[in-house]
Amino acid sequence: MSLHDQDDPALRCAQEERLRAVWAAPKGIFLKWTDCNNDAVGAWYVLTGFVFMLFAGVLGLLMRAQLAVPENDLIGPATFNQLFTLHGSMMMFLFAVPMFEAVSIILLPQLLGARDLPFPRLSAFGYWSFLLGGVFVGGSILFNAAPDGGWFMYPPLTTRTDLSGIGADIWMLGLSFIEVSSIAAAVELIVGVLKCRPPGMRLNLMPLYAWYILVVAVMILFAFPPLIAGDVLFEMERLLNWPFFDATRGGDPLLWQHLFWIFGHPEVYIVFLPSIALFAMLVPTFARRHLLGYPWIVLAAVGTAFLSFGLWVHHMFTTGLPKISLGFFSAASEAVTIPTAVQIFVFIATLWAGRVNWSTPLLYATGSLGVFVIGGLTGVMVAVAPFDWQAHDTYFVVAHLHYVLIGGTLLPLFAGLYYYWPLITGKKLSDRLGRLAFWILFAGVNLCFFPMHLSGLMGMPRRVFTYPEELGLGDLNMASTAGAFLFAAGVAVICLDMCLSPRRPLANRNPWNAGTLEWLAHPQDEHWGIRSIPLIESRYPIWDQPDFMRKVDEGRYFLPDAEEGRRETIVTSVIDARPLAVIRLGTPAWVPMLTAFALGSVFILTTYHLYGLALIGSVLTLACVVWWLWTGTAEIPEKPFKPIGHGLELPLYISGRSAPGWWAMFITMMADATAFSGLVFGYYFFWTRHETFPPMALADGPGWFWPMVALLAGGVSWLLTLAARSANSRGATGAMALLLTGAMLAALGSGAAGLAGPWLSGLNPEAHSYPAIVWTLTLWTVAHAGLAVIMQAYVLARGLAGRMTARHDADIRNVTLFMHFFVLSVVVTYATIGLFPEVS
Amino acid sequence: MSDPAPRKWEHRLRITLWVLIVPPTSWAAHFLFSYLWAAISCAKTGHFATMPWLFIGGTVLALAVIALAGWVAWHQSRTPGDPPPHQESTRIDRLRFLATATLLLAALSTVGVIFTALPVVFLRECT
Repeated sequence: MSLHDQDDPALRCAQEERLRAVWAAPKGIFLKWTDCNNDAVGAWYVLTGFVFMLFAGVLGLLMRAQLAVPENDLIGPATFNQLFTLHGSMMMFLFAVPMFEAVSIILLPQLLGARDLPFPRLSAFGYWSFLLGGVFVGGSILFNAAPDGGWFMYPPLTTRTDLSGIGADIWMLGLSFIEVSSIAAAVELIVGVLKCRPPGMRLNLMPLYAWYILVVAVMILFAFPPLIAGDVLFEMERLLNWPFFDATRGGDPLLWQHLFWIFGHPEVYIVFLPSIALFAMLVPTFARRHLLGYPWIVLAAVGTAFLSFGLWVHHMFTTGLPKISLGFFSAASEAVTIPTAVQIFVFIATLWAGRVNWSTPLLYATGSLGVFVIGGLTGVMVAVAPFDWQAHDTYFVVAHLHYVLIGGTLLPLFAGLYYYWPLITGKKLSDRLGRLAFWILFAGVNLCFFPMHLSGLMGMPRRVFTYPEELGLGDLNMASTAGAFLFAAGVAVICLDMCLSPRRPLANRNPWNAGTLEWLAHPQDEHWGIRSIPLIESRYPIWDQPDFMRKVDEGRYFLPDAEEGRRETIVTSVIDARPLAVIRLGTPAWVPMLTAFALGSVFILTTYHLYGLALIGSVLTLACVVWWLWTGTAEIPEKPFKPIGHGLELPLYISGRSAPGWWAMFITMMADATAFSGLVFGYYFFWTRHETFPPMALADGPGWFWPMVALLAGGVSWLLTLAARSANSRGATGAMALLLTGAMLAALGSGAAGLAGPWLSGLNPEAHSYPAIVWTLTLWTVAHAGLAVIMQAYVLARGLAGRMTARHDADIRNVTLFMHFFVLSVVVTYATIGLFPEVS
Repeated sequence: MSDPAPRKWEHRLRITLWVLIVPPTSWAAHFLFSYLWAAISCAKTGHFATMPWLFIGGTVLALAVIALAGWVAWHQSRTPGDPPPHQESTRIDRLRFLATATLLLAALSTVGVIFTALPVVFLRECT
């Protein structure tokens, strides 16, 4: 097709009809929930997260009602413990993190001029996991079974089953399940940013929102897995009595605190950076100029991401760690203020240099910066260890974290709500109600949380259900309670504003006159995402590229049609966004939802110790995943190439490093390897905790022989898989089948030999932390050997069924990538448990 | 897409995203090294300053890697092309943008490494 073909209105109309048919949402009461298009899934996701936020907010109000006056008896201590635990846990796990993912699922494809993210069904899977896990965790309070150990669940209070009930299991298993959906979203977003940008959008032209999301998604990969490792150890202790955190049997509760806060501190930045990313989009729009200091923002995002992993011990300043360790973490905590301040100054400078239009979203943005800066300054104070020793576990810290999280996450999200509401619904929210809500919120947050600085310094401890009148804290607490209810009134005004929205007229397209791609969206609710995928030559194409909107709308750029009736988008290269291929996207299906529910059943049934049923759930999950992969991925296209306009022809099948699937496997395995390194950290942590290691009485297990056999067999399985890949690329299917069979046998042998080490030496994991951690590392690696066998069998079946050929080899390339990580964990595990006791 | 990349700079234009994270990765490695060095010697011997040369060597190495990355980035950022803000869709602008960002990260990482090293100057005991 040439450029001039698009001059024909009839052709354009026919193209639009085809696109509309391909992207039509499934209809019907039941079928519509099979949708996986980002506009539907993203909207459900946002709405669910918002409801969880309101729910957790009500829990907060109940706490404030109890604390309004001294010696109040409105709520008993047991319920109060559940309230503060669930308030914190829900706000972090069920609102802040999922909300960033939800907003990104809606915005990112629009910002990148893609029809959808590369794995729409994965987004749907993530959503259903989030919904199920969220209802499970949040609903527990209605049955008086909510977790009650604080949102960080410190052992031994929470690991001893005589001190804490089923709530601790609900927290661990329910939230682990949600962490799975977070990692799924991270995979989706990273691959989306790196591989699905429009042609011409080199790294230096990427919208800053995409930079932030890339950084944050990478942070999730390194932050969440240590918590998953911690969850594994925690549940092993609760369900199987393996003493990782029990000091009487060689465990150490501090190990949990390390693993939790290696997650917990980056988490703060994981929820802060995406909200700041919204500023990076709306500040230029309302300053009516390009954002100043684009590389400085990239510096700030990347720098914050790195430094945030060097802060975790500042939550543990009072645990008696060596002072020198505290010094390192205190230093890093001060250093992180530099990149944080840089981005704030960039926004201020841009506003200063622009001609500012003081709209409602900008009011929220500037107000939230003010609130955030106060929280940041108290953060600088508590980063100083001696000050923290005084303020730790008082309301001063409560004040600090709420200023940071409300100023850094919640209010910016409201700014984003007012800014992007027209993009989603086609209608503007009310400026009058919005400004009213802002001032109520602003007064409420300061009235609620500022007095907490004072009550904290005067000695008000956190997490107590009441306080004596003699402390003289009654007035300050009453002020905080009044502020909390005022804040809630502000949120209610925003809810009212949203409820009134359907009655308002449609706004213009691009109502704020913004310059970035997401505003190409039609208010008239077209599901195709973008009419044609543009060639990008500027950071603000709508402002800078002449006739840009018209050319996109008339299909004058790439991929303006859906001739084959398939959902498609363009894959480009990482650095320069050169077009590489057209990929076919997943269509509405039940399988993501079924997979999510099957996986959820494993976690939920385990909570109630129904192990037989949980095992059935695991088998069902595996079946769903295989069904999903077999029917929906690595499909061999009906023709090798497809024209996308302007004389460009792109392949319809790619594999290896340029393919989104390869990246998804790589990213998933990075997360997997990080979780594994959390367990390895546990092993060496116990080494530092014991005079002699392994403890003398247990020194004879697991020996070096069986671990070395397992290591060798794992290595052989890896080499045979590599050989099978090259046999496949030569077209030698028979040789590939033989090599893969050998690889499966070797992986099975590696698993068996791995188990033989601790088994034959009679290591009893309930006796001491040493045998427990040896067993855990072994089981982790043996489970991966099991996964390797399943993957190798899958690839073998694909090859024999003709769904994988010499050229169409994505399956075996991705499995080889898995095997690289597998062999790494085999070497680390067996060298650690087999050889380290010999040398230590 | 006009891309007036002079032939003599051609080799510089082939880069990856990984170069961007060399300086902060050096900071992270140094930080982890410092933490492990102090934590292990405190846990195992009860005092940490047994091998100050190891610590000094590690710090100098981290600063050297950062300086090297910064030096490369500085040269890359001087590749002939338009002045900032590097917002053309050309390979040169893309290179100069990444180089500027790497240079900034090198500066931040230098500060970070010095911050991390300072407690060792002032503290001499584990407890």
